[in-house]
Amino acid sequence: MSVRHALLALLAEGPKYGLQLREEFVERTGEVWPLNVGQVYTTLQRLERDGLVESDDAADPGPQKGFRITEGGEQELTGWLRTPPDLAAPPRDELVIKILVAARMPGVDVHDVIQVHRRYLVELMQRWTRLKEDEDGTDLSFALVVDAELFRLDSVIRWLDSADGRLRRASVEPAPARATNTGPLPKMRRRVGGRR
Amino acid sequence: MSVLEMRDVSKTYGQGPAEVAALRGVDLAVDPGTMVAVMGPSGSGKSTLLTIAGSLESPTAGEVLVSGAPLAGMSRDELARLRRRSIGYVFQDFNLLPGLTAVENVSLPLELDGLSGRRARQRGLEALDLLGLADRAGHFPDQLSGGERQRVAIARAVVGDRRLLLADEPTGALDSVTGEAVMRLILAACKRGVAAVVVTHDAQLASWADRVVFLRDGRVIDHTSPPPGPESLLEAER
Repeated sequence: MSVRHALLALLAEGPKYGLQLREEFVERTGEVWPLNVGQVYTTLQRLERDGLVESDDAADPGPQKGFRITEGGEQELTGWLRTPPDLAAPPRDELVIKILVAARMPGVDVHDVIQVHRRYLVELMQRWTRLKEDEDGTDLSFALVVDAELFRLDSVIRWLDSADGRLRRASVEPAPARATNTGPLPKMRRRVGGRR
Repeated sequence: MSVLEMRDVSKTYGQGPAEVAALRGVDLAVDPGTMVAVMGPSGSGKSTLLTIAGSLESPTAGEVLVSGAPLAGMSRDELARLRRRSIGYVFQDFNLLPGLTAVENVSLPLELDGLSGRRARQRGLEALDLLGLADRAGHFPDQLSGGERQRVAIARAVVGDRRLLLADEPTGALDSVTGEAVMRLILAACKRGVAAVVVTHDAQLASWADRVVFLRDGRVIDHTSPPPGPESLLEAER
């Protein structure tokens, strides 16, 4: 999560103090991502060094020091909004690795392992949904952040469901053995997202 | 007392080599004011569980009780009365009668139960009003949007003094914001004391429930624990 650009976005509304920036950041992100004052000041110092914000030189460093965005900062912010985050390379997902290992390990029922994770994720989703229910849809930022989390967890459960089904089918109709596939984990034959 | 109790319920279809076990020894209890979601892949027995809970089918073995009364001992008439008075159904495809207006759809079960047309209509209007549809009462189903039709179906399911709401993929093809509104309505019915069973393969839907039961090959294989307070979620990250 880019604290740097979030602070620039807040300063694009007008000059602000450091402490005020921290409070507004937490509020605008539905209070889901906490941010300490130290992080705010370190980030502001770097932004100033890079010429993206300016401060009141006269004031002492501290809560009373005001900051404002520069023209360079505004350009940086506009560019960032339209730059897609790097989702091309698949992350080395711990859950995917656990399921790959469980599918091959003697004496381990991979479907039980899948169910343990599925239950945990559904319980997590229940807790997020409960937050949304209590909030009653009045805090828009909060609803957006909670939805993002619910969709993310949901996508992991869908992957587990599909893995569950695929592994069941594979155990009923075993695929012909491949000479190349002898390792403990299936080899990645293609590098996904490598074409850049 | 649980509104719905299923004890060691099994259901098999067909005979001999063609025999298929749709449910195997399912235990499930749903208390007033709670929502239970039943999750499982296609063919896991979700819909069979719901039709047996709603007395539309009888189990091959085991017992089903609605508000403490065993269904097995009831005559056809008694079962029909139970379905009209105590059990509401919400289906994915709404199942509204196209020739009746919204309020007529909602009040029909009350009229069938012997309530006068005028009183049934009054109760129907109240149920629609509760779901924010008072101004759509005179519309026919094809004049309503998908979300509105599903709200009419929920109004029909909770009209009168229904104690048990059974829903099969109730948000069906609705978009996620409209689907959320539907789940909030079912939850509101639960807050008024209704017991609800929602069958779904969708985790986002299931996460509205107090308890999620996982069904696989006709068996309950797992269920969620009651969630700790939601505050813990944000505190944990601090």
